Amino acid sequence: MFGYTSKIVYVDLTKRRIRFEVLKEGFLRKYVGGIGFGTYLLYHGTEPNVDPFGPENVLVFAAGPFTGTVVPSCGRYVVEAKSPLTNILGVTLSSGPWGPRLKYAGYDALIILGKSDKPVYLFIDDDSVDFIDASALWGKDTWETDDLIREEIEDENVAIAAIGPAGEKLVRFAAITNDRNRQAGRTGMGAVMGSKNLKAIAVRGTKEIAVAKLDDLMEICRNFYRGSFRGESVKRFIKYGTAQSVSTLNYLGVEPVRNWLESSSELAENVCGEYIREHYDPKVTACWGCPTGCDQITSIEEGPFKGTVASVEYETIYALGLNCGVGHFPAIVKATELCDRLGLDTISAGVTIAWAMECYEKGILKKKQVDDLDLRFGNYEAEIQILRKMALREGIGDLLAEGVKRASEKVGKGSEHFAMHNKGLELPGFDIRGLKACGLGFNTSPRGGCHMRSSAYVLDLGGRVDRFKADPKLGKMVMDQEDFCVIRDALILCSTTRYAFDASLAAPGFSNESMNQAFAYVSNLYSLVTGISLAKDELWKAGERISNLQKLYNLREGWKRQDDYPPPRIMEDPISNGTSKGSVLTKEEFELMHQAYFDARGWSVEGIPRRQKLAELGLIHVMEDMKEDE
Amino acid sequence: MSHRSVVCDYEKCIGCGLCELVCSAEKERVFNPSLSRIHVVNIRSAHAFENMSLTCRLCEVPSCVASCPRKALRANERTGTISVNDSKCDGCSWCFNACDFGAILFHPARRTVRICDLCDGDAKCVKFCPTRALQLITPNQVSTKMRKRAVEKRRMSLLSRV
Repeated sequence: MFGYTSKIVYVDLTKRRIRFEVLKEGFLRKYVGGIGFGTYLLYHGTEPNVDPFGPENVLVFAAGPFTGTVVPSCGRYVVEAKSPLTNILGVTLSSGPWGPRLKYAGYDALIILGKSDKPVYLFIDDDSVDFIDASALWGKDTWETDDLIREEIEDENVAIAAIGPAGEKLVRFAAITNDRNRQAGRTGMGAVMGSKNLKAIAVRGTKEIAVAKLDDLMEICRNFYRGSFRGESVKRFIKYGTAQSVSTLNYLGVEPVRNWLESSSELAENVCGEYIREHYDPKVTACWGCPTGCDQITSIEEGPFKGTVASVEYETIYALGLNCGVGHFPAIVKATELCDRLGLDTISAGVTIAWAMECYEKGILKKKQVDDLDLRFGNYEAEIQILRKMALREGIGDLLAEGVKRASEKVGKGSEHFAMHNKGLELPGFDIRGLKACGLGFNTSPRGGCHMRSSAYVLDLGGRVDRFKADPKLGKMVMDQEDFCVIRDALILCSTTRYAFDASLAAPGFSNESMNQAFAYVSNLYSLVTGISLAKDELWKAGERISNLQKLYNLREGWKRQDDYPPPRIMEDPISNGTSKGSVLTKEEFELMHQAYFDARGWSVEGIPRRQKLAELGLIHVMEDMKEDE
Repeated sequence: MSHRSVVCDYEKCIGCGLCELVCSAEKERVFNPSLSRIHVVNIRSAHAFENMSLTCRLCEVPSCVASCPRKALRANERTGTISVNDSKCDGCSWCFNACDFGAILFHPARRTVRICDLCDGDAKCVKFCPTRALQLITPNQVSTKMRKRAVEKRRMSLLSRV
């Protein structure tokens, strides 16, 4: 088989056994790879309602058909398990050489089962899988773990994904770190790894990946690297990284500040991409196999945070910076470094701290309840201390390690009103009160509050829709965006390729037409890589299939229609300042779009996929499995 | 005269490693960084963050050739590239220690060594490098570039003081 290795490996940590399975072409066509494989293996690999921290939860790592080839920005992998943060689908992606190495070792996916009785790390060396004692690594941060395993294996060509203390302590939003600065961050996959006593997975792969039409593929990719990947929009993106969004969103009045009390701020001036480039001149670095290179490695050379080096991107600047009222850039770099090392998701950590800060300022949390810290907005020294406490579950950190949903339910006193999450997943930095397509996308996301599952903000920011209007036509548009993004994450391409794809299309501007053209493009790449012909309509269908399977999984785990509702602050408190002042996403507006979305999807009022839709997608057996369970 | 070789401008290199994929595709018709004759080095430590690709430097006095006990390596006078005689090479890896740049590859299937041959003057890694950090140039061309850069840097530093 071309592109795919067509082989997956099951590793049972309880029995310390491994088992292989071969994937058939019919399966590959149906689920494509990455998020498709992950969702399928999670759905079929677990019984309903398992404890996310129990040995019966599975942890799936999957690569895509493009992973490890010369296709631009495909050095990625997906991690899936039942999420301990949201109790529904846990899914997150990361970049770097780890995914490609898994493919070079000969596997499209790795499925971790059971639980080790003591700390262990896996060393996958092509065909062999070793269980290595990790008691000496337990308690170490992700960077130390990386260094120590490298010393032990003595090979620079090994890729390592590891958890830090946060994963060990079952912090519900613990991340998995690879290559120091890359994180599979969201939905607490690091905590699932910790619950299995699995400290790290090292992979050395030395095998080859053959593709169906090598010369044609090389020609197309070379044009990509030298053409659209060097276009103007990509150039700007390389220069400023994702931090370029700070000034744009701030200008549009949709940059959440101080736990969404404000939606733009002067603080943004000192943390925006332009400022960072001018004052810190970050080193531009690429993830493995990416011709773009948007990673901004920033070092702090003076002051109390001297010697800190971290990769800083937009969401982190929002969550650990502006959302906590912090506009001091070196402190944000320090907080990022801490999160990377301790193994915390920066978005969830930042949003949860911002909530605690608001509680403190409102007197809901007293000073002695927060370990005598002066937890005002903007106090970055307190923030940095809290991050450590969170990762180690010490003092107030133990409460915050539960994530903002559980913490606010426990504290009560009206603090649920400003607990900024959807389905338990803390919200990223787009104020959806002034970006309504994005508002729908955030909340229909199968993993909870998330900008990546639909990237629907491109509709608002691209000017295709009135961003202040809750229009029912957004239902179908967001659905298309979701299916598009699902295919992106199945193949797996990085979302940043959109700049390049867009520039190479005849109809740029993130329209339906441009998505169709992108799909035609990708469908061609897919057949050159795999030798399997999957027309653009079949790709769309596969996207819809995977989206529906995600929904079926969530339904099985207890998702209800009302779980999709945005937090009360979004529906009740209008934006208080800036150019979007006064805008709010009311309950009625949300319901209107939500129903339109269900209609477009072919789902019932309760959000259950109709039999006819599932038959069309070849998922009827999944529904029948579910019926039997009831 | 000095030879052209694949030179990496570390200020432009983003460490993506695509050169490794392109090399293995060109020479082995598959994707496998372990079979590449050029390698990207990513230094990731607490205080250093560097990316740079390295391959054969085409030394004027190649120590790999001198070190080979079976005379399997030979420098081409015209291009400076090192060719490997597969029937003589027994994979003893003596040349690995002789090369200061780690530019020699052991081919696991053929059981002999492989060294960059500049794709007969049409180096594919150079053609694909997305940031044009890789160039096929002579040492003198490198110094020309560095001189220009030094003057440019001086100008920028004077400007910033104004």
